[in-house]
Amino acid sequence: MASTRNGSPQETQSFAWLYDPRTRGIILQIALLVGVAAFFIEIGLNTAANLNAQNIATGFGFLDRTAGFDISQTLVPYKSTSTYGQVFWVGLTNTLLVAVIGIVLATVFGFVIGLARLSSNWLVARLGTVYVETIRNVPLLLQLLAWYFTLLIALPSPDAALELPLGVGVTNRGLYLPAPVWEPGLGAVLIAALAGIAGAVAIGIWARRKRLATGEQVPAFWYGLAVVVMPALVVFLSLGAPISFEYPTPGRFNLDGGIVLLPELMALLLGLTLYTAAFIAEIVRSGIEAVPRGQKEAAAALGLHPWQVQRLVVIPQAMRVIIPPLTNQYLNLTKNSSLAVAIGYPDLVSVFAGTVLNQTNQAVEVILITMGVYLAISLLTALLMNWFNARMALVER
Amino acid sequence: MRHRTQILTAAALGLIAVASATHAQSSTLDSVKKRGDLRCGVNIGLAGFSAPDDKGEWTGLDVDFCRAVASAIFKDPTKVKFVPLSAKERFTALQSGEIDLLSRNTTWTMSRDTQQGLAFVGVTYYDGQGFLVKKSLDLKSVAQLAGASICMQTGTTNELNVADYFRTRSLTYNPVVFEKNEEAVAAFNLGRCDAYTTDASGLYAQRIKLADPSAYVVLPEIISKEPLGPAVRQGDDQWANLVQWTLFAWLNAEGLGVTQENVDEMINSGNPEIRRLLGTEGEYGLGIGLDNDWAYQIVKNVGNYGQSFERNVGKGSRLDIARDQNKLWKDGGLHYAPPIR
Repeated sequence: MASTRNGSPQETQSFAWLYDPRTRGIILQIALLVGVAAFFIEIGLNTAANLNAQNIATGFGFLDRTAGFDISQTLVPYKSTSTYGQVFWVGLTNTLLVAVIGIVLATVFGFVIGLARLSSNWLVARLGTVYVETIRNVPLLLQLLAWYFTLLIALPSPDAALELPLGVGVTNRGLYLPAPVWEPGLGAVLIAALAGIAGAVAIGIWARRKRLATGEQVPAFWYGLAVVVMPALVVFLSLGAPISFEYPTPGRFNLDGGIVLLPELMALLLGLTLYTAAFIAEIVRSGIEAVPRGQKEAAAALGLHPWQVQRLVVIPQAMRVIIPPLTNQYLNLTKNSSLAVAIGYPDLVSVFAGTVLNQTNQAVEVILITMGVYLAISLLTALLMNWFNARMALVER
Repeated sequence: MRHRTQILTAAALGLIAVASATHAQSSTLDSVKKRGDLRCGVNIGLAGFSAPDDKGEWTGLDVDFCRAVASAIFKDPTKVKFVPLSAKERFTALQSGEIDLLSRNTTWTMSRDTQQGLAFVGVTYYDGQGFLVKKSLDLKSVAQLAGASICMQTGTTNELNVADYFRTRSLTYNPVVFEKNEEAVAAFNLGRCDAYTTDASGLYAQRIKLADPSAYVVLPEIISKEPLGPAVRQGDDQWANLVQWTLFAWLNAEGLGVTQENVDEMINSGNPEIRRLLGTEGEYGLGIGLDNDWAYQIVKNVGNYGQSFERNVGKGSRLDIARDQNKLWKDGGLHYAPPIR
């Protein structure tokens, strides 16, 4: 009897954890995690088994195989004898080129349109509204095709190339710029310029300290500019201008030589920039309107110049509202650049998830890599913008 | 714990597992019969091979082949569901089981036949890669295109052939590569490129779509071998046989002079070869899981190969392509089908 009485509370105690909601919660969480992991592992194994059963090649060995096709725009060295792995880098750099240039242009243009919408000039404000409402309500793919075919129609054919000053040529095969040719001695100029930049940064820090200590304003920008330009210019001229240009010249079919901006790239940048700028304009407008009127009035009451009011009071506060949605637009622009495939621009999706996928037919591997790359680019952009946002948020005290 | 996870996984994966299991085990013919139609992957739009006509009906040589297979199985050429595919999508659609048969001007190559889970069953059209250029350029050879911009479609053998051609001659060119043929042709039409390249048959098909077809010529030089043919998934030999012998019956019917018009009289023919083809002698349908009149149905509903060729790409069509190497062997062409016996 005694032993049973002693036994039962002990037994209850040893299973008491089962009734603890916290413990049960943890167990359920672990079970769910294992379940989800098992789900994906099962999918992976199942896919591999099915691919194997259907006699479809698997694995990442294809990256070392010869590609055998050419690409119209390559920022890294590439020939048709290069490997599929090198095709990947060509596609990635082409995508990054569009993303970076597009983000810069869309930001600048978006700010301009956003300010235009707030303008007290009736016409300017209305034009801004019309622009935003038109552009953001038409699908981007249609806009890209429209821009591309418009460029091809509007620009002259190579035999009637439009020649602009400084050796720039315009045809519907691209915008041809003179290519700078580096000659010995240019390194010295670069070193001088780099030293100048370091000097300019030092001047900036000194000017800030002085302003904080004494309140005295130093035209640090102009000093800095002089420090960057002057030494570099002196070295450049004293070495007898060690740079020359390779000018595009008419060839049998196209202009030969120089740097070419393909019409595909121009159309893609045009489309992406104008489309994203419409969204950025709205973000900028909402950000500026979010700053209470009292802030401006108080700044004006302190005797600040209207331009100073904007620069020192309104914009810094507006930025806190603007930056997080701006990040989304940057991510959208990067991801939208994959529409390039429609107009023949050789971005990552076009050459890697397109041509390489088709020649090797290893869809699972190629798509996994491509998705991973876009994820990495997006996370990196978001990380940078979050850091920038944190810095801007400090402005508020 | 482990047990529970397995149950969970099994339950969650039920659909996928069942789908893939049936996919691996039951035969393609059974599932086609059960479904009541043949899913056939065709080109989105390539005049003469597969394109919807003004009434929205699919027409073309590749389309006719789908109808021939449907006729053999169902005795009804309309029991086909056409799935239009881009060059990029076509193999995945076949591998994943979305279509039963790929009949989409696809070049038979070693890597596609051995590494991509596909099985080519024959050749419906002997083609080769050619170039479409402006007449005013007055070109004689492809090599004269050195330095030119060339428009083409991605995911094709064409992309590789051009690279090979110019590489072996140490010449340069500027490729402009589009995902869809429509955009490649549109860009070429607007002067983005000096040449447009694809299989010669495709060049004729695209040329009639250009603003002024007479201003363009197809260069006489052909730079590659492009045997275009239907493909099925690997691993179902009965299905591969069925599709393959549909093609052979199609070609043999022409060789034996059996046409859509005279097939009902030919049934009474004394020629043993014709009797075997049309199922009045022997049990040839048995081996491919069909009735013995399978080939009769093909000819009755679609006509023989030559009739389909002339109707879609030859003299009876706007393309007006000469038969040349697509004649039967006895007329000096390359089509040679094994006998039915």
